[in-house]
Amino acid sequence: MQPANLLLLTLVLAIVAYWLGYARSRSLAMPLGGIRHLKSLPFYYGARAALWSGIPALIVLGLWAAFQGKVIQMIVIGGLPEGIIPATDGEASLLLSKISNVASGALPPGFVEAPIAEAAERLQALRTQSRFLMSGLVISVAVLAGFLGWLRIRPRLNARSQVESILKWVFFACAALAILTTVGIIFSVAFETFRFFGKVPFTEFIFGSHWSPQTALRADQVASQGAFGMIPLFTGTLLISAIAMVVAVPVGLLSAIYLSEYAGRKVRGVVKPLLEMLAGIPTVVYGFFAALTVAPFISDLAASMGIEASSQSALAAGAVMGIMIIPFVSSLSDDVINAVPQAMRDGSLALGATQSETMKKVIFPAALPGIMGGILLAVSRAIGETMIVVMAAGLAANLTANPLETVTTVTVQIVTLLTGDQEFDSAKTLAAFALGAMLFLATLLLNVIALKIVRKYREQYD
Amino acid sequence: MNSVNTTITSEVTQPDEVAVPVQESKPAETIIEEGKTVGKPYSDDPKFKLRDVEVFYGDAPAIKKISLDIGRNEVIAFIGPSGCGKSTFLRCLNRMNDSIDICRVKGSLQLDDHDIYDPKRDVVELRARVGMVFQKPNPFPKSIYDNVAYGPRIHGLANRKSDLDEIVENSLRKAGLWEEVKDRLDANATGMSGGQQQRLCIARAIAVSPEVVLMDEPCSALDPIATAKVEELIAELSESYTIVIVTHSMQQAARVSHRTAYFHLGHLVEVNETNKVFTSPEHELTESYITGRFG
Repeated sequence: MQPANLLLLTLVLAIVAYWLGYARSRSLAMPLGGIRHLKSLPFYYGARAALWSGIPALIVLGLWAAFQGKVIQMIVIGGLPEGIIPATDGEASLLLSKISNVASGALPPGFVEAPIAEAAERLQALRTQSRFLMSGLVISVAVLAGFLGWLRIRPRLNARSQVESILKWVFFACAALAILTTVGIIFSVAFETFRFFGKVPFTEFIFGSHWSPQTALRADQVASQGAFGMIPLFTGTLLISAIAMVVAVPVGLLSAIYLSEYAGRKVRGVVKPLLEMLAGIPTVVYGFFAALTVAPFISDLAASMGIEASSQSALAAGAVMGIMIIPFVSSLSDDVINAVPQAMRDGSLALGATQSETMKKVIFPAALPGIMGGILLAVSRAIGETMIVVMAAGLAANLTANPLETVTTVTVQIVTLLTGDQEFDSAKTLAAFALGAMLFLATLLLNVIALKIVRKYREQYD
Repeated sequence: MNSVNTTITSEVTQPDEVAVPVQESKPAETIIEEGKTVGKPYSDDPKFKLRDVEVFYGDAPAIKKISLDIGRNEVIAFIGPSGCGKSTFLRCLNRMNDSIDICRVKGSLQLDDHDIYDPKRDVVELRARVGMVFQKPNPFPKSIYDNVAYGPRIHGLANRKSDLDEIVENSLRKAGLWEEVKDRLDANATGMSGGQQQRLCIARAIAVSPEVVLMDEPCSALDPIATAKVEELIAELSESYTIVIVTHSMQQAARVSHRTAYFHLGHLVEVNETNKVFTSPEHELTESYITGRFG
């Protein structure tokens, strides 16, 4: 049975265990005079039985699925005759892929040496065996453990607290999974980044002002040597993010103020969801809006004023990105402004301040740290945005501060470096990881600052 | 001129029978007649002239046809069980109810013979004249100095920094807080004790030289010592301001006020000189309340 089907089956068994446990606790309770004589509600006995049946089975299934490949490989390699036992890891993996190709039928057995064909047969047999063993083991564990759990149901058994403590561990496992994934991503990026710095000096990458990652694919190819200076990319990112923030912060903040302080309940009920809809538009749609509508409009406008503007410009991408971020700023600011106690407003209004004076002098300063936190989160969003820039700002890595020129950003370059056929250990490909690491550090820094500011804000009213 | 209304009484519950607090609103309803108030609701020299005031939250009436005068430089206490409308009524006097969307006010409310709810009325000017102190101390998260200077700055009461300094010092002195805070005017007001915060709020309110100070249960969040200080302060302030105080403490009403108004379920049941209300109430609901049968 395939692991996926087996997983489904375990779940079904757990549900069965739930109902059996539920029924048993009820039938035990009835002679005693009702379920109030049980230590816990029948639900908990059911849940306990389900957990008893499901969790060990899942653990067995997980371990088996994780290790069967390795174990089978070892057995196959170990079973090879003297002459072809691989000496190095590289040879071993080559040999293994050959064997498994034969086993899966991609390579006819006649094309390979006899020992390999035999090994392939053995591999096939081992896999089938393993699958049977796994199915048998998982099902029997599920049934046996579920039965034990079911058997041990007594009216005096405190199933509720047992379920509670098991659930605590389940929740912990979920949280740990998320953290482990993050750690995994960091490590994989860090590893490739170090490899990149083995090919390109760190200082050249950090301080270089020229970006042109085309390198020779083959030794005999005539191509540029490649220049990996990240400064044009980061200035491009900075320029576009800055333009986006110039659009998003005033509009977002002022609309948040309008929504939280001035708008009536009805207006708010309509405007707020509409504004938040902006966040729901896919970025690729923003991208072609920027590329096909805004960018030509800007270049035409600039041309009519006698300024030269490229058809793809930082301004177009930044402005559209700003529009996309508006709900970010407005939603977060709206929350923060609403969190300022009504007593502050009353206090100010009762002194004869107008609404705008109250806003300006009391509410805004009180909400400022939170608003700053929101803005910094929006900046992280802007820095990480790719699609709009790909479509509207171009790919040329110009080191410029002119918003009418074509620029490119870190994320866009990562995309272009990694799309298409690539040799995976070339400086060009590895540069993507180095850029990713830098970007990660930059946004991490921003997020840390944002969190610090938000936390400081929290202390004020507690 | 005192229009003393005779009580309209039908089936009166015998006080002796009421061992537990009166829970039903029905019997109380039967002995109140809308718009009738016993005692002395009117004044010869009114600061506020309030006639047939009704307040609705949506369609639900919160205040039912209340008529009352509040005299110049008088301290009047509003007492009554929770939810009787005394805070709502208080908040009509400086239109703080405006910020509640569903709140509607009917009737005639005049401050110095000018309609408070005139659509053309400048609310800012009204609130500058009628200050307010809230139940929970609500200093702004700014420095002590900036808190007191907030109102004067908004209304342009000081042309120079030295004028502003003077206003701040005077207000803090009047609030009896100067000695405690003069060395740390730059400290954040949220770091003060509750009692100090409330006196700061009073200082903040009187810094704009209002004519009336409304106090909505100003001591309910304070300990007895801080309460005593605030009460002392009210007594001093009463020389120059008209003070309307809502309180749940009958002792406090008895200590600080000249007249006391008893509210019940949105009605103004009785208004009289404070000692009269507490020694010989005319209305039986007032009597039940002050003797602690309910509330």
